[in-house]
Amino acid sequence: MSRSHRSVIPGFGLSLGLTLTYLSLIVLLPLSAAFIRTLGMSWDDFWTAVASPRVVASYRISFLASFAAASVNCLFGLIVAWVLVRYPFPGRRIVDALVDLPFALPTAVAGIALTALYAPNGWIGALLAPYGVKIAFTEIGIFVALTFIGLPFVVRTLQPIIEELEPEFEEASASLGATRWQTLRRVIFPQLVPALLTGFAMAFARALGEYGSVVFISGNMPMRTEITPLLIITKLEQYDYAGATAIAVVMLGASFLMLLVINLLQKWSRRHHTV
Amino acid sequence: MASAVSSLTRSNGPVARPLATRDATWLRYTLTALGLGFLALFLLLPLVAVFTEALRRGLGAYFAALNDPDGLHALKLTLLTAGLAVPANLVFGVAAAWCIAKFTFPGKSLLITLIDLPFAVSPVISGLIYVLLFGAQGWYGHYLDADQPWLPGLQAWLIEQDFKIIFAVPGIVLATTFVTFPFIARELIPLMQTQGNDEEYAAITLGANGWQTFWKVTLPNIKWGLFYGVILCNARAMGEFGAVSVVSGHIRGETNTLPLHVEILYNEYQFVGAFAAASILALLALVTLVLKSLVEWAHARRHA
Repeated sequence: MSRSHRSVIPGFGLSLGLTLTYLSLIVLLPLSAAFIRTLGMSWDDFWTAVASPRVVASYRISFLASFAAASVNCLFGLIVAWVLVRYPFPGRRIVDALVDLPFALPTAVAGIALTALYAPNGWIGALLAPYGVKIAFTEIGIFVALTFIGLPFVVRTLQPIIEELEPEFEEASASLGATRWQTLRRVIFPQLVPALLTGFAMAFARALGEYGSVVFISGNMPMRTEITPLLIITKLEQYDYAGATAIAVVMLGASFLMLLVINLLQKWSRRHHTV
Repeated sequence: MASAVSSLTRSNGPVARPLATRDATWLRYTLTALGLGFLALFLLLPLVAVFTEALRRGLGAYFAALNDPDGLHALKLTLLTAGLAVPANLVFGVAAAWCIAKFTFPGKSLLITLIDLPFAVSPVISGLIYVLLFGAQGWYGHYLDADQPWLPGLQAWLIEQDFKIIFAVPGIVLATTFVTFPFIARELIPLMQTQGNDEEYAAITLGANGWQTFWKVTLPNIKWGLFYGVILCNARAMGEFGAVSVVSGHIRGETNTLPLHVEILYNEYQFVGAFAAASILALLALVTLVLKSLVEWAHARRHA
């Protein structure tokens, strides 16, 4: 390697060696422990652990709430990103900085704050309670928490793309007689689709594994509002390590699949963008 | 030069846009109201709720709640954890960015993907994998119980010291390191890739050695990116909940970090205490956002 890629810059061996050692010790070895532990299970045990009705119900709620939250984030993330880039208004920089709050605020803090707001006696919960709408301790509560943590992914993926949109396309479209609506729909929106899908996939992937912001607001009722990460913790607290690990392996599979999807989307987005 | 021109036109963009490519006023107002309303409802309101709930019983109760020995211990443990995890990931991040940005080698894109891996893993699983390795049922537990262990002296010493990893501080530090692993590397790799190697070539041609090149040429170029990565890494390290929750064992005054302390108080219906501790973490988040924005603006001005 050093022969074919000779460089005058030193430190290749040292930096790569350090990187690979640290990566292996902190990430690869512990992750492989989950897979190795599952290999020791019989197929029947594994299947019972990952496909019992309670576990399947948790996949369902995790998947549906994450999907709904990522979809809402796509709609409002697009609006927020568009407003932040295109419309100057006072305080724009502060609002822009605030978008990253879900990255910076510890998830447990977000969890108790959202619960305080949406509980039947909270500011928002009390407004909705007379209409019989309950948010905290229901599926909607999970959706609210996942929407909170997913928003910056969509906004931050779209912003640079909107900033770099070439005004020439819009001008050409307008000068050829398109209405503004046609230009937005036919010229601008198609250019944003790859980034929008990337943002959706990132928000969705993050939501699938989210724990801290959800446990407080979800109520954690088995079969109804129990998300998969919480079920792993429950199994661990019952010393059912094999069961917890089996579910974790299923979730890791889903995460790696999402990682692959995101990488492919980003490649597509980059190609789309350079054309 | 080209980048300076394009960023200037970009910053003037919203104002100088010709009529035909400007959105109608009603649309602008509607979208702005929708966007800001959504942000106010989902981001601003929870933030306000933290401080309102913390101050519900007045300032006296707030400070009394903060002045709690278990809470102070939790704060210390949180600082210690971040103080160990962030520097470790900093050294790794610089090394990873150096070998990825300065050299070409086979398997580079695979390496970048592997560095990103912890971002894709649920925090709960990040804790679980360390329990599997180091828990009583795991490899470390088996090692301590083994009759004929590898390195018997080490086993005897570990037993004598009662050295625990899971449900103890080392496990908390390890899980936090895993969760915050990619932050600094992710910031530095693209930055160093776009900067290229020209300045390093010049330094080395002029007789600098590797370390001199790194300290005097590379580091000044990447210092803002480095700082940016450290801020984000630190915020996550201090706020991590799921992974730490799995490995900590929730022992009060011993293995509770600040986010876990918030959870315990909340579950005991000590709402003022829970929100008081949460307000410290929320302040940390606000400081993080301010620092982050300052770095971004400084960077944008330099490149304008």
